[in-house]
Amino acid sequence: MASFKGAISVDIERCKGCGVCVVNCPMNVISLAKEVNGKGYNYAYMAEPDKCIGCASCGIVCPDGVISVYKAKL
Amino acid sequence: MTVQDIIKPENLVYQKSKLLTNKPFHYCPGCGHGTVHRIIAEVLEELGVGDKTIGVSPVGCAVMAYDYFDVDFAEAAHGRAPAVATGIKRVWPDKVVFSYQGDGDLAAIGTCETIHTCNRGENITMIFVNNGIYGMTGGQMAPTTLEGMKTATTPYGRKATLPAGAGFDGIPNNGYPLHITELIARLPGTKYVTRQAVYDPAHVRNAKKAIRKAFENQINGKSGVNFVEIVSNCNSNWKMEPVAANKWLVENMLPEYPLGDIKVDGKLVEK
Repeated sequence: MASFKGAISVDIERCKGCGVCVVNCPMNVISLAKEVNGKGYNYAYMAEPDKCIGCASCGIVCPDGVISVYKAKL
Repeated sequence: MTVQDIIKPENLVYQKSKLLTNKPFHYCPGCGHGTVHRIIAEVLEELGVGDKTIGVSPVGCAVMAYDYFDVDFAEAAHGRAPAVATGIKRVWPDKVVFSYQGDGDLAAIGTCETIHTCNRGENITMIFVNNGIYGMTGGQMAPTTLEGMKTATTPYGRKATLPAGAGFDGIPNNGYPLHITELIARLPGTKYVTRQAVYDPAHVRNAKKAIRKAFENQINGKSGVNFVEIVSNCNSNWKMEPVAANKWLVENMLPEYPLGDIKVDGKLVEK
């Protein structure tokens, strides 16, 4: 059991659904949503929140800076 | 512990820099420009020089960079960003001045300004985003376009010389990819010259370190141009999805433009 647990919050309206965070997530937490945002992009969301370790890899590759990463000690 | 319990201000480990405005980037989905903007803003914020920084934006996709950075900005004519940055730095030597250019701006129309600014050894930071194509105008061939790469103006692929047959063999045609970074590294006026990429987290971290060093050198008053090339993608004009474009970048751009430091503290790096 990991001693840390992470979570991300995505600024949905600014997300362009490029999918760069999806392939760079080491725990395969992120997916693109079936729904679209106001601009018609399939935004990124946490498909499997339990697996997130808060490594911030998604945040630092996001070209639009829409991902904020949080990490808490269990 | 639920997601709502974790998403609290005290647990924050990463968010967009405060030196970026809230205006959404106009760049295409997955474009490296956004990542480069982000890491420049993070470096300026960490160094605490946001209020005395002046950026110079180019003509090209990044022409409206001044909308996104919460620092002072000037907009230069096509290719003239290093010349404008030179003027600003000479009038205000205590300001932190950087130019931000693409390959069509820095390596094509602005070659003269680039080479002479580097030759004069101005104490500025130059950020060069190389995606091997003219992005904003619709994907024409740039000097940095790879050999064989299809663009709007080279629909059969860039060819250095005309193809054999009909007596044209060996006659110059589109020329070779221009390695402007290696070129200016040979000039005594450059202090720090490096090439980085931003397609995955490890390389974003390295690129951030390089940009940090480039700004620190300038702030510490080491005279000489600090030049950071970022090999980036242009998925719209490469006609690929963002993730496929990053893969294509690794397979095709990086062999032609290998990553790493080329010149550190005024000395060429032996390879």
